[in-house]
Amino acid sequence: MKQFIAFIKKEFHHIFRDTWTMVILLLLPILMLILFGYALSTEIKSVNIAIYDPSKDSLSEEIIRKLESSEYFNIIRMLDSPFQIEEEFQAGNTGMVLVFCENFYKNTLSKGDAQIQLLTDGSDPNTAVTITNYASGIIKSVMRKSFASNPDAIRVNIITKLIYNPEMKSAYNFVPGVMGMVIMLICAMMTSISIAREKETGTMEILLASPMKPLLIILSKAVPYFFLSCINLLTILLFSVFLLKVPIAGSLIALLTVSLVYIFVSLAIGLLISSITSSQLVALLLSGMALMMPAIYLSGMIFPIENMPRGLQIVAQIIPAKWYIVAARNIMIKGLGFSSILKEFAVLSGMALILITISFKKFKLRLE
Amino acid sequence: MIQVHNISKSFDSLQALDDLSFRVNEGEIFGIIGPDGAGKTTLFRIMTTLLLADRGEISLNSLDVVKDFRSIRKIIGYMPGKFSLYQDLTIEENLNFFATVFNTSIEENYHLIKDIYVQIEPFKKRRAGALSGGMKQKLALCCALIHYPKILFLDEPTTGVDPVSRAEFWEMLLSLKESGLTIAVSTPYMDEAGKCDRIALIQKGRFLKIDTPDNITDQFHLSLMSVKSDSMYPLLKDLRKIEGIDSCFSFGDSHHITFQANRLQKDEIESILRTKGHHNIDIQPIKANMEDCFMDLAQSEESLKGEP
Repeated sequence: MKQFIAFIKKEFHHIFRDTWTMVILLLLPILMLILFGYALSTEIKSVNIAIYDPSKDSLSEEIIRKLESSEYFNIIRMLDSPFQIEEEFQAGNTGMVLVFCENFYKNTLSKGDAQIQLLTDGSDPNTAVTITNYASGIIKSVMRKSFASNPDAIRVNIITKLIYNPEMKSAYNFVPGVMGMVIMLICAMMTSISIAREKETGTMEILLASPMKPLLIILSKAVPYFFLSCINLLTILLFSVFLLKVPIAGSLIALLTVSLVYIFVSLAIGLLISSITSSQLVALLLSGMALMMPAIYLSGMIFPIENMPRGLQIVAQIIPAKWYIVAARNIMIKGLGFSSILKEFAVLSGMALILITISFKKFKLRLE
Repeated sequence: MIQVHNISKSFDSLQALDDLSFRVNEGEIFGIIGPDGAGKTTLFRIMTTLLLADRGEISLNSLDVVKDFRSIRKIIGYMPGKFSLYQDLTIEENLNFFATVFNTSIEENYHLIKDIYVQIEPFKKRRAGALSGGMKQKLALCCALIHYPKILFLDEPTTGVDPVSRAEFWEMLLSLKESGLTIAVSTPYMDEAGKCDRIALIQKGRFLKIDTPDNITDQFHLSLMSVKSDSMYPLLKDLRKIEGIDSCFSFGDSHHITFQANRLQKDEIESILRTKGHHNIDIQPIKANMEDCFMDLAQSEESLKGEP
């Protein structure tokens, strides 16, 4: 036991005395959270719009009023003729131009099909799609209210349906993703690198030739990073609740439980990597390429898994981050109970068990 | 006591160790001497239970390196060749850590390392990464000694260390030997051979000779002379062209030449060199040192292999 404690103390010395390790461990998670939460935000606020309304009837004016009062849009100009549309876009500070057809209200009544054109700048398609979604949402809600007595008179054709994140706050989606990524990064990458470092500097030879049990050596390597991951988990949660205003809708206990299991999975992967490599660089590349990339791109954090080709969808199933992110989203964002993540929990526990067994089995009592 | 029987080890197609056998007696300093890549580190790793040999057996104080590796790990001290300690820990922290790993404490075994540790103790709060090569080596030796091992394995402990520290280090080993420790040490420096009780000369995974350093140098059977002149590099080429000279190698500030006794006289060589335009020629008969012996043994080993 004394050996174990001395070893852990030594690990913390390594961590605290290396500035870059500290930066990666403590600042990177927060940086990533802020980066994904704010900078890479797909949410849109105060888009400048211009409107051409030849009909000027009660319905079109009601729609304009609603757009004006929404926080997403800023009406900067009412156009007098359709010829001004192009110059409006060329000026560059207009995100969308709204064009009503003539006799808007009358057409709605007689044909049940009046036209509004939403013109957006296609050079930024993501923003364009988001803006048109917002605008059509507002228009449709006005239409529904105006024709509440006769809903069949208008076509309601909503394609995107956003239940849990009606404001499309991107931070909501990114927080579980960042947690999945950061935990993988710290546990797997840092553990594998720190073991590889001992092999590189030759200290591993001394440790192996000492009476200390090999199992104890890897356990004492894993414990400090387990501890740091827990701290990171808490910082991310605090930051997301108080800074990004993403509430933890479900049970905190359930969230922490599934996170612990995920930490075990990541630690085991780190140990596994360290047992097959003996240089820090290889350990870094392996954990970077083999773990980080899939954790970012195949976990559903940025790109929805449903939209991927079949092959990648299958690959995504073996990525621990994918299961963790689903579970974290269910609890944190959707506020569902533990019963909703039973499957994810079981898969992660199974992965943890298998990986820990393999990495203990693979750990060498000798140098090769 | 170390007993090594017929140890062989190969990595892929490379035969790293080829049928090595030797014995190190209790309280003896046994040197394994050879150039880089001769197989010294592999041999040390096999002896310290870190690698498995393909064939052969090794026992340390009657414990088998394969079966009893756990017990062996308690009685050996090992200083690997590339051992650089934990650079970001201080001298004191390094020593404390290794003491704890070996289930002991600095206080408990201070008497073992006292003579060495007092030299670095003034810097005990300094990080190992900021120490000079000589101080690192002393600290590493302290770390390897802190648990009072019965057998000490030192793999190239003096490589990369200044000459003064090297001499000091051998003094320390001699006093450790006095306390009854069995020491196996490897080195690429031939001049360190004389400090060992017995040595094994190793090249390409094979022992060329195992004996006391004096016996090995005494057995040198060729005439040996050192030759100097004003222009040393052309001299080397000219000497190699002279009929009757078996070998000529550059040794620091002179060239050593060997030939069968009575084949050439000092005057003959001098006159040949003078016709080739050399000035200030200085030729001295000398007694063979370890490097001469190594060169000679390595050459005859090569020529043996050459004729199957």
